Amino acid sequence: MPDTTAKTLQLRIKRQDAPRTKPYWQTFQMPYRPNLNVISCLQYIAEHPVTLDGQSVTPVTWDCNCLEEVCGACTMLVNGRVRQSCSSLIDQLIADTGSNVITLAPMTKFPVVRDLWVDRSRMFEGLKAVKGWVPIDGTHDLGEGPLESPENQDIRYELSRCMTCGCCLEACPQFLLDGNFVGAQIISQVRYFNMHGTGRVLAADRLGAMMAPGGITDCGNAQNCVKVCPKQIPLTESIADVGRRTTVHAVKRFFTGK
Amino acid sequence: MAKTQSRVTIVGGGLAGLAAAIKVAEAGVNVDLFSMVPVKRSHSVCAQGGINACNKVARQQGYSEWMHFDETLYGGDFLNHQPPVYEMAYWAPRIIDLLDRMGVPFNRTPEGQRDLRMFGGSLYKRTHFAGATTGQQLMYALDEQTRRWEAEGKVTKYEFWEFLAPVLDDTSGGGVCKGSVAQDMRTMEIRAFPADAVVMATGGNGVIFGKSTNSVICTGAAAARCYRAGAWLANAEFIQVHPTAIPGEDKCRLMSESARGEGGRVWVPRRKGDERHPSDIPENERWYFLEEKYPDYGNLVPRDIATREIFWICRDGYGVGGGRMVYLDCTALPGATKHKLAGIFEIYEKFTGDDPRHVAMKIFPSVHYTMGGLYTVYTAKDDSKGMVPGASNNMMTNIPGLYAFGEVNYQYHGGTRLGANALLSCIFDGLFCGPSVVNYVTNEVKTAAADLDPALFTRSVEHEESRVHKLIDSNGQFNPYTLHREMGDVMTDHCTVVRNEEGMSQAYHVLRRLKDQYKQIKLSDAGTWTNQTLVFARALGDMLIYAEAVLAGALARKESRGSHYRSDYTERDDANFLKTTIAKYDAAADRPILEFEDVPQPLVPPRARTYGKVDA
Repeated sequence: MPDTTAKTLQLRIKRQDAPRTKPYWQTFQMPYRPNLNVISCLQYIAEHPVTLDGQSVTPVTWDCNCLEEVCGACTMLVNGRVRQSCSSLIDQLIADTGSNVITLAPMTKFPVVRDLWVDRSRMFEGLKAVKGWVPIDGTHDLGEGPLESPENQDIRYELSRCMTCGCCLEACPQFLLDGNFVGAQIISQVRYFNMHGTGRVLAADRLGAMMAPGGITDCGNAQNCVKVCPKQIPLTESIADVGRRTTVHAVKRFFTGK
Repeated sequence: MAKTQSRVTIVGGGLAGLAAAIKVAEAGVNVDLFSMVPVKRSHSVCAQGGINACNKVARQQGYSEWMHFDETLYGGDFLNHQPPVYEMAYWAPRIIDLLDRMGVPFNRTPEGQRDLRMFGGSLYKRTHFAGATTGQQLMYALDEQTRRWEAEGKVTKYEFWEFLAPVLDDTSGGGVCKGSVAQDMRTMEIRAFPADAVVMATGGNGVIFGKSTNSVICTGAAAARCYRAGAWLANAEFIQVHPTAIPGEDKCRLMSESARGEGGRVWVPRRKGDERHPSDIPENERWYFLEEKYPDYGNLVPRDIATREIFWICRDGYGVGGGRMVYLDCTALPGATKHKLAGIFEIYEKFTGDDPRHVAMKIFPSVHYTMGGLYTVYTAKDDSKGMVPGASNNMMTNIPGLYAFGEVNYQYHGGTRLGANALLSCIFDGLFCGPSVVNYVTNEVKTAAADLDPALFTRSVEHEESRVHKLIDSNGQFNPYTLHREMGDVMTDHCTVVRNEEGMSQAYHVLRRLKDQYKQIKLSDAGTWTNQTLVFARALGDMLIYAEAVLAGALARKESRGSHYRSDYTERDDANFLKTTIAKYDAAADRPILEFEDVPQPLVPPRARTYGKVDA
């Protein structure tokens, strides 16, 4: 049984001072209280930046904003697993591992800015290549959008919850720091925009991008992505759907040139 | 000046900032957009319940834009300026249509039309929604459209850049805004950004209160920096405390009003200190106190009313287990309804371990929204029924060329914001007033900011650099995070749900002590790369100044109105206080100077705001 009557817990954190400097580990100890999450522990360290062996250091740098799992900012490796740190509850972690030591490290698939903060701009840039928007005719009042069945909306809503957190890419064996595979995030967004009445106007462009290097054929079907997505987005369904449509699109293009 | 030569800076990439960016870029003007986080992560994504607009169904049941307008004034306790609210209510259906066309996955009816839900402050269904995460879907649609303009080269995003100060040009007498100074939060580079107009769309100030439903960047520091430069604050004392949030160690997590809109019920056990599991307490031993006290609106009374009732119930010992918690019960809702609320149920379950489908949620009020903000003006139509479209002063602050859109703008909500009206007011500001910014830079700016004397900008950059050095070199003994926690505690204890002279005076003294201690601050990080401690410590200085304006307004307003409730002045006093509180910063004395400005009532005269309360 994990010892939740323990008075302290420890955070062992992989730090790095700047993008190209060597990483190093530091451990911090803090008082235990029920209902803590990783964020509140990092906030404690910010207020008391002293390591376990009494060294005064700079506070740990990390990326976060909403603290309730809707913004996607606070992704990191908690006890080796990629997840949002705001919903990493200390009591749950202690119960899972039986240990009062929690390990934090930055994502490995994106360049480190400092400590636990990585640069995920690649995920946002990737949305430009697939024209990740609905091509409206300007913002003048032109009435309603297309009717949509509740069934279509249900699927589209699930896909719309992607908060660009990067968990799927961290877990994916094909997505590399210095590779060009776009990953589940982009592929699922392609499906999302192609499902919309007006969005599908650009379907050919998006599927063309899926045929390019780094596109859908780089998926190795490991299916790690769907297991780690904090919003349970049906990523493998998206990949299967987009894969099918890309094949159809490729064949059509071969025979009709369009 | 030609549009293609003009440059507008928009500070903040939430709903208001992005709506403005899209409108301005579409008109052909170049946009520089600053955000402290990638814009998709802006605090707008936290909004849950929905966005209000009159619609085909409600209209046939007797609803109208006029009623939406009236509901907003009644909810705001008549402190709202009426022409902007009128315009917003009439524009609302068009905004929903536009977002629909942009691809927002609004919930649908069996026929494929947009679905509606009930929400606070109305007896009609006039709230459009996407699951229980509507703010997120609206944000993402605007983010996508902004990206389109970015790809075309009209919008340049500066993400992880923080606004430090507006640049004011005094040469023609009276400072005109000609751009701003900002800092890259990674490299710590400070740079000037000349601009022909600047739009502040920087949201609220919940972080001043310590724990709130806000995100960590919602400090109000950007607005405070404009205030320090001469922009006026308005109605700073009007802070919304949302009735239903999950208290937490790091923040209070919002449980959307939509839970109540879809039938969720607030209750406490009739017997004080009843220790039974909520599922074991039979109906007749449950006190549905909001339903009993307000038979018409029930659980959907406006937030300040619900919050005070919950607060008093707990103060009187009826809270769950005698503590500061009441039940929000969704266990009896049909399966399809629970599916609609999946987004918020998931948050509750992830952070507490309990499943709201089977166990009543435990909630308590939390600071949530800032009705007050930067003072702005507008040009009303002659008959007061709306604003003149494109008038260049629509939502301009008292500083020419500096605008305020969205939550940072004090307009629209008066003394209390109705649920699902914020998503509306933020997008409305960007869409309706964006063209005003375009007209200003085209018709009223004769010399491009980029062509002004560079010394104007160098001076501003040097001023901000010296502010940074002062903080880094400060060798005192006070920890900024500790000072912040003390500010949050005292503001929450004395300046939120129930206020009085004694408590607020106490808070005022604590604030002044914290301001002195701030001068003896010590940063634990003196580095020049990605220094989050510096960013926080600097914002703390601005938060202390903003907090003082909030307290000063609350002390001066000797009445109760909307969210501002005083136990020592419990009645609304229209004769003396049907006015906007304006705060001007006295830099020499480092304190706010207050003035009051009448609020005209051209269309709807004030009436008592009781929501049909049954007198006990």
